[in-house]
Amino acid sequence: MLRLVSFAAFFAIWWIAALFVGGAKLPSPPAVLQVMIAEASSGALFLHLGATLARVTLAFVLAMSLGSAIGYLMGRVKLADRLGDPWLILLLNLPALVVIVLAYIWAGLTEAAAIAAIAINKLPTAVVTLREGTRALDRSLDEMASVFAMPRWRAFRHVVLPQLAPYIAAAARSGLSLVWKIVLVAELLGRPNGVGFEIGVAFQLFDTPRLLAYSLTFAAVVLVIETLLVQPFEARATRWRPRAA
Amino acid sequence: MRLEVDITGKTFRSAAGETHAVLAPLRFALQSGEVGVLIGPSGCGKSTMLRIILGLDRDFEGRVARPPEARIGMVFQEPRLLPWRSVEDNVRLAAPAVSDAKLAELFRILELEAHRSHFPGELSLGLARRVALARAFAVEPDLLVLDEPLASLDDALAGRLREEIATLVANRSAMTLLVTHSLEDAIRLGDRLFFLSPRPARIVQEVPIAIPRARRGESELRRIRAELAALPLESK
Repeated sequence: MLRLVSFAAFFAIWWIAALFVGGAKLPSPPAVLQVMIAEASSGALFLHLGATLARVTLAFVLAMSLGSAIGYLMGRVKLADRLGDPWLILLLNLPALVVIVLAYIWAGLTEAAAIAAIAINKLPTAVVTLREGTRALDRSLDEMASVFAMPRWRAFRHVVLPQLAPYIAAAARSGLSLVWKIVLVAELLGRPNGVGFEIGVAFQLFDTPRLLAYSLTFAAVVLVIETLLVQPFEARATRWRPRAA
Repeated sequence: MRLEVDITGKTFRSAAGETHAVLAPLRFALQSGEVGVLIGPSGCGKSTMLRIILGLDRDFEGRVARPPEARIGMVFQEPRLLPWRSVEDNVRLAAPAVSDAKLAELFRILELEAHRSHFPGELSLGLARRVALARAFAVEPDLLVLDEPLASLDDALAGRLREEIATLVANRSAMTLLVTHSLEDAIRLGDRLFFLSPRPARIVQEVPIAIPRARRGESELRRIRAELAALPLESK
């Protein structure tokens, strides 16, 4: 309920501001909605949204799985931590733009370059979070699993993974918001489709309604994915914890 | 099956770089069906000894021989349950081969039937201890290790749980190793008592109890207590 009120307030402020500023700089909600409907009925909206979502999915899955594996390794093995740490610091502080531009220069304006660049930007945060999670693993439970001769996979699944789940959820959440932001830049710079590409076109034409139509649809999709996918996973991962009063 | 422990020494290096001896040379052996009790003052190195016997600590001098195929059931000092798994899953994960009937019997003896689907965070310490016991017994261990399973429980509960352990141990022919600082636990549950010295631990005296566990009534226990009181022990 409160959420709805909050949403309504957002649209109200937008509408009032549009009346003051004028349609060229800030079009009113109905004007933007009109463009959305036009783009949706031509199919372009779904095409670009689909292209962006596909890139997000691929880059996200790649970065999460690789980042989790590396983070786990660095948390468990001291040598891996020592060797990996300088790389990690470098990657963490490398601006996203540099990675994207270099990827396009080295690998060409290709799909692989775009996805790799997005994944590389997200990778270090996943590594850091999972390394923290691995360091916080309860040794006494490891000992329990070893005394009861639990096979490796079962111990990993039932003893280790549940302890890492909150960290994985945190990495997924922060990583997803990072990927949402970077994917558009990557598309703007070197892809012939996707929401980022459309925003680039709208920018060149100073077509604000189009720009808002695409970015708001995109934001809505992000919101839906966050509430329907990420939050339930987080809730499930922490189900066993006694509820805070 | 036989467990042979022959530790010649174990040292521990502190953060300040000093070396401390935790265990002095000590050796003992345990047969199937026997309950050995390690009794010693707290901090004497009992837990370290257990970790060595269980294979968790390999940094020691000496030899521990246990059959490699021996199944181990362990009750740690703290219950060490998986907080994110239900009581039943906690037991089943450690003992995948346990039959439904066996599990039901264990839960009945330990009065856990009502808690099968609870999570460990919802249990009291006494109940969590029982789950840890159920888990150790469910694996049908060849070597059962109990590390102060009754510590920090009130007397009444400890007494009842001791009875339950006695019932469970009596039904099995496992080698059992019980660590305690309670003489009462020792004489009610043990076949052979090993009295340990303060750190670095060594076996001061080995006291076998001739009367079988099942036939120890109050009068027998009184006699055993009197016999033990007559022994010149430094660690009582």
